[in-house]
Amino acid sequence: MPELQQPEQTPAQVSEPRNHQTPSQIAAALQRDHPEWASEIVEALGETTIVVPREYIIEACSFLKTDPDLNFNFLADVCGFDRGPEEEPRFEVNYHLFSTTKHHRLRLKVLLNEEDTHVPTVTGVWRTANWHERETYDLFGVIFDGHPDLRRILLPDDWQGYALRKDFPLRGYEPYSLT
Amino acid sequence: MSAVANIPPQFEIVDRPLDTQMTISMGPQHPSTHGVLRLELVLDGEMVVKATPDIGYLHTGMEKLFEYRKYQQGIVITDRMDYLNPLGNNLAYVMAVEKLLQIEIPERAQTIRVLMCELQRIASHLVWLGTHALDIGAMTVFFYCFREREKIMNLIEAASGGRLTPSYFRVGGLMMDLPAGFERRVQQFQNGLPHALDEFDKLVTGNRIFQKRTQGIGYISAEDAIDWGLSGPILRGSGVGLDIRRANPYTGYENYDFEIPVEHDCDVWARYLVRMREMRECHKIVQQALARLKPGPVKADAPKVVLPDREAMKTHMDALIHHFLLVAEGVDVPPGEVYQPIEASKGELGVYIKSTGGPKPARVHFRGPSFINLSALPDMSRGCMVADIVAIIGSLDIVLGEIDR
Repeated sequence: MPELQQPEQTPAQVSEPRNHQTPSQIAAALQRDHPEWASEIVEALGETTIVVPREYIIEACSFLKTDPDLNFNFLADVCGFDRGPEEEPRFEVNYHLFSTTKHHRLRLKVLLNEEDTHVPTVTGVWRTANWHERETYDLFGVIFDGHPDLRRILLPDDWQGYALRKDFPLRGYEPYSLT
Repeated sequence: MSAVANIPPQFEIVDRPLDTQMTISMGPQHPSTHGVLRLELVLDGEMVVKATPDIGYLHTGMEKLFEYRKYQQGIVITDRMDYLNPLGNNLAYVMAVEKLLQIEIPERAQTIRVLMCELQRIASHLVWLGTHALDIGAMTVFFYCFREREKIMNLIEAASGGRLTPSYFRVGGLMMDLPAGFERRVQQFQNGLPHALDEFDKLVTGNRIFQKRTQGIGYISAEDAIDWGLSGPILRGSGVGLDIRRANPYTGYENYDFEIPVEHDCDVWARYLVRMREMRECHKIVQQALARLKPGPVKADAPKVVLPDREAMKTHMDALIHHFLLVAEGVDVPPGEVYQPIEASKGELGVYIKSTGGPKPARVHFRGPSFINLSALPDMSRGCMVADIVAIIGSLDIVLGEIDR
């Protein structure tokens, strides 16, 4: 097993043992200690979702990764979702976190308005976020600020529009030709 | 002569110093890139300075297509993603939908799912072994691997009717029960498999050329592997004993007795050993699943989700009505979102489904293990030789159908 990454400073509450927390306990503790990080907690179908304001996403992610009791060292997935052009906020970005030592999972969610689809990148926390974020940018047009290489990944560089948005037609606007 | 003046400028002969770096394009039509992967290699002589994967040549917009199809129609799309492990894709997708619908699966269906998934994992690893050895220059192994794989393909065809696109797992259970005599045929295959695996060991494991081509190549440490999100045999080859079947058990895997092979060399050779040992563990699981097969239903008792039996449709009016509504209107799935991870043959396969109610999903996202495993290629291949790139790609066991989706 790999060495656990040591946190830079010990967290405030070290007295209570927090070794076997369920995801809902983690979410509740996070909301208690850092109320500004969790604007909403959703528990459904055995999964816990924390809605994080986008300006705190990097802080929340680095805390969840480096805290030795939580140790979310594995970013399983990042995916976008478009609620539809008439919805506000329109876009969701979901981060699925996993711990290779504690084996628990957690979902973080960032909500975005259509006019301002910027999120800070988490590539500095987990390098695997690189391609996940490129894919989300490619298909939804969510811009990850500070990403080292934010280019389209699945679609061609000169593709117009964002294919997984709800207002993008299934067959595209016109036949695409490589020539 | 005017023809001399017409030579385009790129064909002019220029003197380049010997230490100039050269950029070449490998693929997308290169046989060892296992599909349509293109690599942009910056070379210093024979040494790779930088390797940048370029993907998307097989992109067919499957995730968009899911949003326009009913839940049960999505199963056939999943077959076409990782086409070497279609039953694993089926399983992840139907389990995510079942989680949204909150339905329980009968025990026989669970056992058959485990049985078929492990057979499929062996088949997937056999293709990996054959092509990986072929890339490195051992051609014979390929034919032996495909001989064994053909037996599994025949088993899958006998159960589902399809070889590469079985769509055997359905929401709420299975398409249908196993055919008569299936257990005997699986047992026949099982009896021959250890001998075949011994053959592969003799052909490849002790082969000194193969060892020299793989040992110490494509190094990635355990910390880096986790940071890059690698999963499956690659992560276990870097010394991290993580297997979703143990970490977050599903389909009753917690009741099976098997080991998680772990190697600590972090190179192509370690990943080779992990997969070779994993096939023997699959053999063990299939044997246990065979022993557990008890008669019983293979579909959940949920008439609004599961298609009724053919016989019931002829005799019961409500079965006919349910059948009509299921086919014409689909399943009404309550709103919600789920992320369902499974241990596919290549690593963590996660399915994210968002439902806003109704018969069609609002969003289906596949976290393909190949996609993420490939993203670490630039890190693994820095400073290696051009020929080693082929060995590293082989050890990643990528399937472009899943990467590009």
